[in-house]
Amino acid sequence: MTAPSPAPKLPVSLAANPRLSSWVGFTGEGRVTISPGKVEIGQGIVTALAQIAADELDVDIGRIEMIRASTAASPNEGVTSGSLSIQQSGRALRHACAEVRQRFLSAASERLGVDASLLAIEDGTISGPGNVRTSYWELAGDVSLDHDAAAGVVAKRAAERSVAGHSVQRVDIPDKVFARPRFIHDRALPNLVHGRVLRPDVSGARLTALDETAARAVSGLVAIVRDGGFAGVVADSEAAAETALKALHKGATWSVGEPLPDEDDLAGFLKSQPVETTVIDTRTAAATKKAAQTLRRQYIRPYIAHASIAPSCAMARWDGDRVHVWTHSQGVYLLRADLAIVLKLPPESIVVEHMEGAGCYGHNAADDVALDAVLLAKAAGGRPVRVQWSRHDEMSHAPFGAAMAIEIETDLDADSEIIGWRHAIWSNGHAARPGRAPQPALLAASEIANPFPRMISSNPPAANGGGGDRNSVPLYDLPAWTITSHRLLTMPVRTSALRTLGAQGNVFAIESLLDEIAALRGEDPIEFRLRHLRDERAGDVIRAAARRAQWKPQKQAGTGYGVAFACYKNMGAYCAAIAEIEGADDIRVKRLTLAVDVGEAINPDGVINQIEGGAIQATSWVLKERVRFDRTRITSTSWTDYPILTFSEVPAVDVEIIQRPEIEPVGAGEAAHGPVTAAIANAVYDCLGVRVRDLPITRDRIIAAMELAS
Amino acid sequence: MPTIQFQLNGVATAVDADPDQTLLDVLRGRLGVTGAHFGCGAGECGACRVMVDGHAMTSCDMPMWSVADKDVVTVEGLGTAKQPHPLQRAFITEQAMQCGYCVPGILISAAALLKRNPSPTEAEVRAALDRNLCRCGSHNRMVRAVLRAASEMATS
Repeated sequence: MTAPSPAPKLPVSLAANPRLSSWVGFTGEGRVTISPGKVEIGQGIVTALAQIAADELDVDIGRIEMIRASTAASPNEGVTSGSLSIQQSGRALRHACAEVRQRFLSAASERLGVDASLLAIEDGTISGPGNVRTSYWELAGDVSLDHDAAAGVVAKRAAERSVAGHSVQRVDIPDKVFARPRFIHDRALPNLVHGRVLRPDVSGARLTALDETAARAVSGLVAIVRDGGFAGVVADSEAAAETALKALHKGATWSVGEPLPDEDDLAGFLKSQPVETTVIDTRTAAATKKAAQTLRRQYIRPYIAHASIAPSCAMARWDGDRVHVWTHSQGVYLLRADLAIVLKLPPESIVVEHMEGAGCYGHNAADDVALDAVLLAKAAGGRPVRVQWSRHDEMSHAPFGAAMAIEIETDLDADSEIIGWRHAIWSNGHAARPGRAPQPALLAASEIANPFPRMISSNPPAANGGGGDRNSVPLYDLPAWTITSHRLLTMPVRTSALRTLGAQGNVFAIESLLDEIAALRGEDPIEFRLRHLRDERAGDVIRAAARRAQWKPQKQAGTGYGVAFACYKNMGAYCAAIAEIEGADDIRVKRLTLAVDVGEAINPDGVINQIEGGAIQATSWVLKERVRFDRTRITSTSWTDYPILTFSEVPAVDVEIIQRPEIEPVGAGEAAHGPVTAAIANAVYDCLGVRVRDLPITRDRIIAAMELAS
Repeated sequence: MPTIQFQLNGVATAVDADPDQTLLDVLRGRLGVTGAHFGCGAGECGACRVMVDGHAMTSCDMPMWSVADKDVVTVEGLGTAKQPHPLQRAFITEQAMQCGYCVPGILISAAALLKRNPSPTEAEVRAALDRNLCRCGSHNRMVRAVLRAASEMATS
């Protein structure tokens, strides 16, 4: 008996938002509106989604207007994160547009009296034999899209697509080059006033008393807002708001706060806290061999700041008991859910509308500042209030990427082949995003008069790629392993999602140790990896990167080469990286060569841009970045104290894409960080003969590693 | 408040302003010229750079008194979609950004560089942009775009 073939299923985002008209519309003279639930964060998503729609509908991409996500009308696609936008929004749009096309072809067939199979669509004009023609726009009155999408609609085959799969110029770039207001920071609303919020310097301190006298005297002041430990000012200009805030600071009294860990003993701190322990995966060997030796290695990743180039910003305007919020949050519906909890309002009373901000690379203060604006706007008499955080607050009060201590023990046989592998992670959770719990995740919610407890970050489930455990299960074919995650139940340093979650740390650890074992065996690190990988796509990216970098170049004094590989979340993009470094007093990364497989690359240049950006950001993390603190406060609150890679320090980056048009596309934004991190560390070993296992790889860390080794 | 006069993108401009108020505040808050961006308020990131008498300067820490009678050019003054500056054209051709928030300041630093050095080397471009931060990692595309604009300007 043969099993029945499974019923065709809708893409997840379309199943959750099946109404076709919520995704696609035809307006005015020859315009197409496309409304995704995902948002532009500088990754080029709106362009890639426009390409997909243009292809399925057979319209010129210039006709497409991409609508910004808003809870007023957009499909609810959760959060724009995890390199899932192409996967979720892209598939939904491809399917929805394919069905819209079919519906219009049927209507055209009826109107023109021509069989639908004989009709063709070119730039929205539908024509058939005998020179008959109509168009989407002529038929728009007859074709209702207020229908739920049907499963089983077949989109174009890869070979039939002419826009997706090709590099097109991003639709948002001209505005940004010609300074046409596109960022939330640049939008002027009528009667706009400006807010600033008072935040403590000391970590975890609560406002206990406030002398408002000096602030009240500031010219241009509209209101001072106080709600328990939350306080802020509203003024008629940014300058006046800043002046009033300074005055408020002088009048503030704070509680003592909560102590911070020792920044120079992160492992000691992480391993001494109460934890929730989860066994992520185990694999048992068929036959147990005896270990000739066991290596135990510990890898540390520090807290890393999102350090968006723009401070977070939001606007809010009350109208009776309804509020409209403008935000660069990655999830408008999720933010609305948290606002509803804090404000004790039904979600329908709140509209949350997206506007672009600067790149955020995860959960920064975008959502926090939205609640700040909502709370301050209550005192603005119906005028919209714009709140912008200071650089200082952005670098100290926004969540950070969680610090990690990763310990791997590996049993080797007499030939130094791996026979056992135990990987353990100690880390705070990597996600405390809004909208996912009965309690809000927003900063001010823990400051107001009846405060909500500060949310302790958790980890997404393994099916979604996990959090601290992301990429901790080796893709390599090792005979046995145990992977364990210890999630901290305390959170003195606030953490939430930063690009790759735990993957950067785990890939760094795994790929560093594999490199060490290959060296121990005297085996080429690429050969060693290929020998342990069964997945062809994995092998292909490694071989492509090796070819492109002419692995392994002749070694010269003062230079080093390192390789690393990962498949993001073990189910996303494949990426291999080869680093060429120069090591003298400091490490300089000279060149990164990467090969990537994202399945169908919708906009190949967009993918390359994402990989280049990821590779450069990862280089910055590896060489420079570490959130600094003493026992009472975050101290890396400026670009001087939290330096990032500069133009002169940026390596050359060379990217090869393995295009696979027949394979469903996945995102590229987080594929490079892990491999680049480990490739640099392995190149440092190749150059200097020392394994640095404590990030960032600075001169001090290299000296410390040398001392440890000798 | 005293009246401070200066040239803004080629237009004679006068504002009544506190002499200690920053140029960025006046541009964005008073004049509605939002091309220059606030990033840090301490002259460290370069998102707010404008040209003052041909030099790329941070406007977030530049008091208005120092701008009197000067020639100020913001990204709006470089060019428009109809008449783009070669740098703006090159940034589009090279798709030289991700989020683009830092781009106005980088265009200004690059324009000031090309004024004093019309055919810079790659290293000179990088050095000229070293005090502009980009968090997305679009540096190499931007450098390519500046070199492209330079060679275009040399042949036109």
